[in-house]
Amino acid sequence: MGEVEAAAKELRPHKDAPPKRRIGSLQMKETLAGFLFIGPMLIGVSVLTLIPIIATFVLSLADWNFVAGWDGLKWTGFDNFQRLFKDEAFIKSLTNNGLFLLTVPVYMAIAMFLAIVIDKHVYMKSYFKVAFFMPYISSVVAVAIVWQVLFHPSVGPVNQTLMALGIDNPPKWIADPKFALVSLMMISVWISIGFNMIVYIAGLQSIPRDLYEAAEIDGANTWNKFAKITFPQLSSSSFFLLITGIISTFKVFDLIAVLTKGGPIRSTSMIVWHLYETAFVNLKIGYASSMAVVLFVCVLIITILQWLLQKKWVNY
Amino acid sequence: MTAAKLGLFRKAVLTLLMLALSLLFLLPFFWMLSASFKIEAEVFTFPIKWIPTTWHMAENYTEVWVGKFPFYKYYWNTIKVSVLTTLLSCLVSALAAYGFSKVRFGAGKYLFLVVLATYMVPQQAILVPQFILYRSINFFDSHLGLIFLGSFSVLGTFMLRQFFMGINNEYIESGKIDGASHWRIFWRIAFPLVRPAIATYAILRFIWTWNDYQNPLIFLRTDALYTIQLAIQKFTTINGEFYSLIMAGTVSGIVPLLIVFIIGQKSVIEGIALGGVKG
Repeated sequence: MGEVEAAAKELRPHKDAPPKRRIGSLQMKETLAGFLFIGPMLIGVSVLTLIPIIATFVLSLADWNFVAGWDGLKWTGFDNFQRLFKDEAFIKSLTNNGLFLLTVPVYMAIAMFLAIVIDKHVYMKSYFKVAFFMPYISSVVAVAIVWQVLFHPSVGPVNQTLMALGIDNPPKWIADPKFALVSLMMISVWISIGFNMIVYIAGLQSIPRDLYEAAEIDGANTWNKFAKITFPQLSSSSFFLLITGIISTFKVFDLIAVLTKGGPIRSTSMIVWHLYETAFVNLKIGYASSMAVVLFVCVLIITILQWLLQKKWVNY
Repeated sequence: MTAAKLGLFRKAVLTLLMLALSLLFLLPFFWMLSASFKIEAEVFTFPIKWIPTTWHMAENYTEVWVGKFPFYKYYWNTIKVSVLTTLLSCLVSALAAYGFSKVRFGAGKYLFLVVLATYMVPQQAILVPQFILYRSINFFDSHLGLIFLGSFSVLGTFMLRQFFMGINNEYIESGKIDGASHWRIFWRIAFPLVRPAIATYAILRFIWTWNDYQNPLIFLRTDALYTIQLAIQKFTTINGEFYSLIMAGTVSGIVPLLIVFIIGQKSVIEGIALGGVKG
C-alpha cells in the first residue's frame, strides 16, 4: 500500500497520470526488475561477506578446534579476548603493525616528489609512469622472491655491493631479527610508490593553472608555489592515500608469507599473519576469530575517522 | 641563453637524472632477468655481470615451462580462473550498478548502502568462516570456488554505478516509452555506453586475480589446480639453491602480465587514478 501511494505522489504533477491501479503494477514491475538486476550481487555479498562477518563475531566467543567437528565447540564468552591481550606473540604482531605504519608517510613523500617532477618537469612522461608503476603491477610473490635472493646474507648482490663499498659486516637483512622488519618495510615502500605516484599525478592535473600564474605575477618562488598551492591542493589525494595506506598496512600478508613466515623469532609477525597461522596451521578457529574481530575493529575505526575528518581536513 | 632555452635545458637535465633514478629503481628487475639467462655458477659473481658470459637461457626456461614442475599447466589454470573471474565479475557488477542507478525502487538506496558497507570488511577478517563455508558446500579446492570469491566486487559495482549515473535518463525513458524492458534497455542502450569503463575495470580485475596469492593459498590444496602465484612459490621451494631457475620462474610469472599492463597502460593508470580520486 505505502509503495503505491508513494508512487502515486511522485506522479501526481503529471497531467496524464495513469489511473492508480496501473501505477501500482508498473511500480511492482520496476521493483521486481530492480531486485533481478541487483540480485546476483546481493546474494554474493550476503553469502560471502555478510554472513561470514557475523560468523566471525560469533566464533570469536568460542573455543573450537576445526578438526574436532561441531561437537568440539565450547562457548567461552570473552575468554579469547582476555587471552589475546596477554598473548605476547599477538602483542608483538600488533606492535609490528604499528611500526609498519611508518612506511605510509615515507612512500607518500617519495611519491609526491616523483609525481611533481614527472608531471611538469620531464620528457617521456609515460615511460616514467610505467617504470615506477612496475613493482606495484608485478605480483608480490615474484617480487618477494627476487628480493629474497638480492638480500641473501653472504652472496646476495646487496651485501656484495655493501662489502665492496667497505662495509665489513653488513646486516643479514631478512635473516636477521633486528633488520627483518625493516627489510620488509623497505620492500613495501618500493612496491607502493607507483600507486601513490599515479594518484598524485591525477591530483596534480586537477589543480587549476591560473593559481600558479597568479602566484608567478606576485613573484612567488618554487618553494612558495609548492607550500602555498601544490601541497594544499593535493590534500584530498594525500588524505585518501593516507587512509588507504594505513588500512593496507593492516592487511600485509603476502610479503610475510613468502619471505619470512613471521620469523626470524617472530620479528616480522603481523596481525594477519598471526591470524593465518592460528587458524590454518594451528587450527584454533575461535582464537583466530577473535583476532579477526580486532582486525575488523581497527579497520572500522579508521574508516569512521575517515568519514569524520574528511570534511575538516581536506582543503579543496 | 634565453629564458625559454634555459627552461628546455633544465627539463633535459631533470629527465636524465630521473632516467638514472628510474633505472636504479628497476635494478631488481634487471638483475632477475639477467640471472634467469645465466648458468648457476655465474649468478652471484661480483661485480655483477649484467650480460651473461655463458648463455643458459634456453635450458633454464625449458626447465621452467616443461620440466618437472611444468609452468604451462599452472598458466592454463591461472588464465582460466582470471578470465572467468573477470567476465563474471564484470557481469555481476554491471547488472548491480545498473539496478542501483537506473531502476527506481525504494529498497534500492538502502540495499546500496548495505553493499557499500561491506567494502570496509577486510577479507582476512572473514577468511575463517569463508573457509568453513567452502568446506561444507564442497567449493573448497576447486577453481569454481576461487572464481566466485573474486566475482562479487563492491569496488566494481561502485565504479560502474558512477558511469551509469552519467547516462542521461532520457535515453532510458525513451526506451521505456517504446515498450522495452529494463533487460533490453540494459543490453541495447546502457551497456554499450559504459563499455570503456567496463574495459578499464576488466583489466584491473584481471591483474588483481592473476596476482592473487592469498585466496589460492587458502582455498586450493591439490597441486594440479595451483595458480601461477602458488606455482612460483612451490617451484622456488623445489629448486632450493638453483637461483638461475628460480629467477627464470619469477620472470615467467611477471612478464605476461607486464605485457598486458603495457598494452592497456592508459586504462590501468586511468582506472587506478579514478578509483583513487573518487575513493
